[in-house]
Amino acid sequence: MPVSTTHAPREQLLLTRETPVQRRQVRTAWLFLTPMLLCLALVAVWPLLRTFWFSLTDANLADTSEGSFVGLSNYLFHNGSNWSGILVDPQWWNAVRNTLHFTVVSVGLEVVLGLLVALLLNIKFTGRALVRALILIPWAIPTIVSAKIWSWMLNDQFGIINHLMLSVGLIDAPLAWTADADLSMWAVIIVDVWKTVPFVTLLMLAALQMLPSDCYDAARVDGIHPLKVFWRVTLPLLMPALLVAAIFRILDSLRVFDVIYVLTSNSSSTMSMSVYARQHLVEFQDVGYGSAASTLLFLVVAVIAMLYLYLGRRQMEVRS
Amino acid sequence: MSLRLLKKTLLRLGFWCLIGVLLLYAVFPFYYAIVTSLKPSGALFQVSYWVESPDFSNYAAVLHQASFLRAIGNSLVVALCVVTLALFLSVTAAYALGRVKFRGRGTVLMMVLGVSMFPQVAVLSGLFEVIRALGLYNTSWALILSYTIFTLPFTVWVLTTFMGQLPHELEEAAIMDGASPWVTLTRVLLPLLWPALITTGLLAFIAAWNEFLFALTFTLTDTQRTVPVAIALISGGSPHELPWGLLMAASVLVTVPLVILVLIFQRRIVSGLTAGALKG
Repeated sequence: MPVSTTHAPREQLLLTRETPVQRRQVRTAWLFLTPMLLCLALVAVWPLLRTFWFSLTDANLADTSEGSFVGLSNYLFHNGSNWSGILVDPQWWNAVRNTLHFTVVSVGLEVVLGLLVALLLNIKFTGRALVRALILIPWAIPTIVSAKIWSWMLNDQFGIINHLMLSVGLIDAPLAWTADADLSMWAVIIVDVWKTVPFVTLLMLAALQMLPSDCYDAARVDGIHPLKVFWRVTLPLLMPALLVAAIFRILDSLRVFDVIYVLTSNSSSTMSMSVYARQHLVEFQDVGYGSAASTLLFLVVAVIAMLYLYLGRRQMEVRS
Repeated sequence: MSLRLLKKTLLRLGFWCLIGVLLLYAVFPFYYAIVTSLKPSGALFQVSYWVESPDFSNYAAVLHQASFLRAIGNSLVVALCVVTLALFLSVTAAYALGRVKFRGRGTVLMMVLGVSMFPQVAVLSGLFEVIRALGLYNTSWALILSYTIFTLPFTVWVLTTFMGQLPHELEEAAIMDGASPWVTLTRVLLPLLWPALITTGLLAFIAAWNEFLFALTFTLTDTQRTVPVAIALISGGSPHELPWGLLMAASVLVTVPLVILVLIFQRRIVSGLTAGALKG
């Protein structure tokens, strides 16, 4: 959920010699930072390092200290006749495929729908504030609750979605949304899109409000078609914000867990990388193997995050 | 009617149709949960679009479950403690990051941003070990501590942005008067930061209230569960027969406070969510 960018309040070059007051200030700054840094070290940095270490051991959840070093064999191991390990586990690759499928489709839909809704709500009309508040409701509902509500609506026998589609004549027989292997991923995507479009819309609305109005006045005076204005002016100007929103959503989707766990539990047709990792860690109690899966997921996310930071940096340089 | 007028009317009609579809899409699932929750269990399997005669038996049943009330209590305690802890730690950090220029500031900000991108599952086994070593397994403290991993980066970042926007003359005057940094922060800057604190506090509260993976993994017994886990684990006689009315009543109960908060503080939440995000 965190929303932020690489943009930090501007740093000034301190070329002058530090005065005692400044030195004292810097000391205070570090003192003030210490509690936060200690907390993050305890809950983020140290556990992450432990996860990396566990992935190289055969530790068990019952007693994590018992594990012994096994090298990379959780990842890949050749016992003379055949390969084993996570990198040759078809279940893992299935989870990778599912996660990528989910990410590409849901983020794509969210960005497009979010942009369309933002354009619609950028028009001035009476009651706009109320509409903007109401569309935030899906975002505020806990993921677990929205997954439960939707799984009731998508229920194969008594669900309202099947009822509606049957009565309109779209389908002849009720669909098993969450059980059918071909449909369940769509069910997950429907719920996720419903929940996160408001977030993308908000970011897009904020960006729309910062667009310079003189371009539009000029375009109107020149009688340029609104669609052309959109493709030539609005969209290029929105691109940076659109990218930020997309990357946040991509990072979120790659670690998706809640919605899949509740909607379809451990079904292999929707299992994501996070669900796979947790299943091995907690249900199979295999900390070594589960940590290896977590580590791989972390690496994927880290590469994308670094790409994002790099792009953000470059954008900032271009602007300044 | 002139063609121009007709075109304008049609456009207007189309516009309001779109708004209607949008509202239906956004609000209907929650509305439908309310409708379902107000039905007696016998009428559950007949689809209806509004409440004919409200029946509160599902709510009575949920509120009579001691474990559900306990879960609401746990969620409240956890979320409020997380908000307090995160705000305290991030206000001091934001003072350092937003008001003082020092070497390493950029690195700290990058690290904080990096942590916010962590997949939760990547720290699961390490955090499990830490929590067990501290003797916090199956307590609310395990959740309060672990939730700082996703609230803290966010609160630090947003508060740093807000802190940086306050005029510099303020603390210069305070320093001239010989005020210590702590006094400057608590007496001079903090009173001006209230709106930002409310915004970030609210967002942290919502995030903590909704969290699922850690709550599922670090608590074990009914007495320690939070609301999302309690709802996810509500089950009926068989896996295929969930008590939907009960489930929807519980869902509505835990969501209504959030919806009210969001409607009241909509402006603040929007400003918090977009703070810093698009100003770069």
